[in-house]
Amino acid sequence: MINVHAGLPEFEYVKPGTMAEASRFLVDHVGEARLFTGGTDTFVRMRDGFWKEKYLVDVKHLQGMRTIRFDPEKGLTLGAAVNMNEVIASAEVNAHYPLLAEAAQTVASYQLRNRATIAGNICNASPAGDTLGACLVYNASLYVHGVDGLRDELLRTFFCGPGKTVLHVGDIVTELNFPIPPQGARGKYIKLGRNVISDLAIVGITVLGFPDADVPSGFRYRIALASVAPTPLVVEAAGGLLEEKAASAETIEAAAQLVMEACSPIDDVRGSARYRKLMVRNLTRRALTQVASDLAASGEAH
Amino acid sequence: MSNHKINVTVNGEVEVVEVPANMTLLRMLREKLALTGTKNGCSAGECGACTVILNGEPVNSCMVLAVECDGASVMTIEGLSKDGQLHALQQAVIDQGAVQCGFCTPGVLMSAYALLQRNAKPTDEEIREALVGNLCRCTGYNRIVEAVKQAADQPETVAA
Ligand SMILES: Cc1cc2nc3c(=O)[nH]c(=O)nc-3n(C[C@H](O)[C@H](O)[C@H](O)COP(=O)(O)OP(=O)(O)OC[C@H]3O[C@@H](n4cnc5c(N)ncnc54)[C@H](O)[C@@H]3O)c2cc1C
Ligand code: FES
Ligand code: FES
Repeated sequence: MINVHAGLPEFEYVKPGTMAEASRFLVDHVGEARLFTGGTDTFVRMRDGFWKEKYLVDVKHLQGMRTIRFDPEKGLTLGAAVNMNEVIASAEVNAHYPLLAEAAQTVASYQLRNRATIAGNICNASPAGDTLGACLVYNASLYVHGVDGLRDELLRTFFCGPGKTVLHVGDIVTELNFPIPPQGARGKYIKLGRNVISDLAIVGITVLGFPDADVPSGFRYRIALASVAPTPLVVEAAGGLLEEKAASAETIEAAAQLVMEACSPIDDVRGSARYRKLMVRNLTRRALTQVASDLAASGEAH
Repeated sequence: MSNHKINVTVNGEVEVVEVPANMTLLRMLREKLALTGTKNGCSAGECGACTVILNGEPVNSCMVLAVECDGASVMTIEGLSKDGQLHALQQAVIDQGAVQCGFCTPGVLMSAYALLQRNAKPTDEEIREALVGNLCRCTGYNRIVEAVKQAADQPETVAA
């Protein structure tokens, strides 16, 4: 009989007093200990028997983990334990990084967003993670505490495969850092789910466009895709095309085609590979059209 | 597996509870404190039947460890009525016929209560958005939305 209310398996709960202690504990219990933040991926994986750690390590209480900070020169810093609703409610996020709030808003439900974090979404490294595209197009980096000290990791080179990242045993992401976004940037996240709300993305398209007088078209674009490759994908080629040529309907169509060709989705319960590819093309076209028109409108307003 | 002794304020009462590490807040409420108004629908963060208010914000109590709640304040459906008087939201779900089997209702009421705390006059769209994580198999949702609107129209709702 299937037990529909299976509880969590047995584990010990560990709440270290410092980051150093936490990293050390993870190293000393390699394969047996896991860090968690909101636990919304961790508890489900443990309950379903995929993860069998003996220790869950909680560092949410440590300094800086819950802080949102904005510096007009350096940009935005999100403590790793800041939850999605806190991101959505932040005036600074909405003023300077609206795509981050827009993407977070598509995650699950209000209750779940009170626990789920962007750091967890990133470290979980599911190619379907809804906030990964926004973090990628804003050129986020992660501040990592490891046994050998502190370092920065660029998000662009962070993902190695589904569930796999460049993090080593003992590494703890303590902050997400976002540089000041390009002036006049406009963005769009389109998530295609099986229902309008609260399902993982079948495909997710993130576009950020911004003026740049140094390129022939006058605009640059960054395009990131979710759920269509083993890792979240940034398609540079399409951005290159849009730097060369003005974003007419034809150029957008050609860029959307390039984006479609760059992805390698799989068949799964949420959609077939073929369907995903076609949706990538259609939704990229839609997102680019929207961003191009927002950029044109804001240009006229100046 | 170790037990942890935690202090947690539940519906205004300070409780000292011994909880094993793997016990969720949901199980603690139901099994340690006999507060069975909070329901277990899925144990997976999907259905919202287990919604309670933790430090002022609604959470899926099946997705929170009890030990994480040391020092926290929790409000459950049992804390909504005062002195035998139903809260305006409770009266409204009765008036509007927004309860059928009632399994989802405690969670719905917790989400709706939290919504009215942060937004005293929500639009239909905002109500639906706030209740995305509360699945109801019976009512078809329209009556729930009507009930939240009825309660929002009553000035004492927000003060309560
Ligand atoms: C019902 C439900 C609906 C969901 N819907 C969506 C959705 O619509 N879109 C979506 O993208 N996701 C969704 N998810 C997945 C999940 O909520 C998100 O991935 C969330 O952002 C994870 O954050 P967390 O803090 O809860 O992660 P956790 O479970 O705490 O951690 C996830 C992983 O990251 C690691 N980790 C966490 N924090 C750190 C850190 N600071 N340093 C290093 N490693 C760390 C953990 O060890 C673990 O491997 C859903 C989950 C549920 C249960
Ligand atoms: S029981 Fe917690 S969300 Fe369903
Ligand atoms: S009234 Fe039955 S599930 Fe909502």
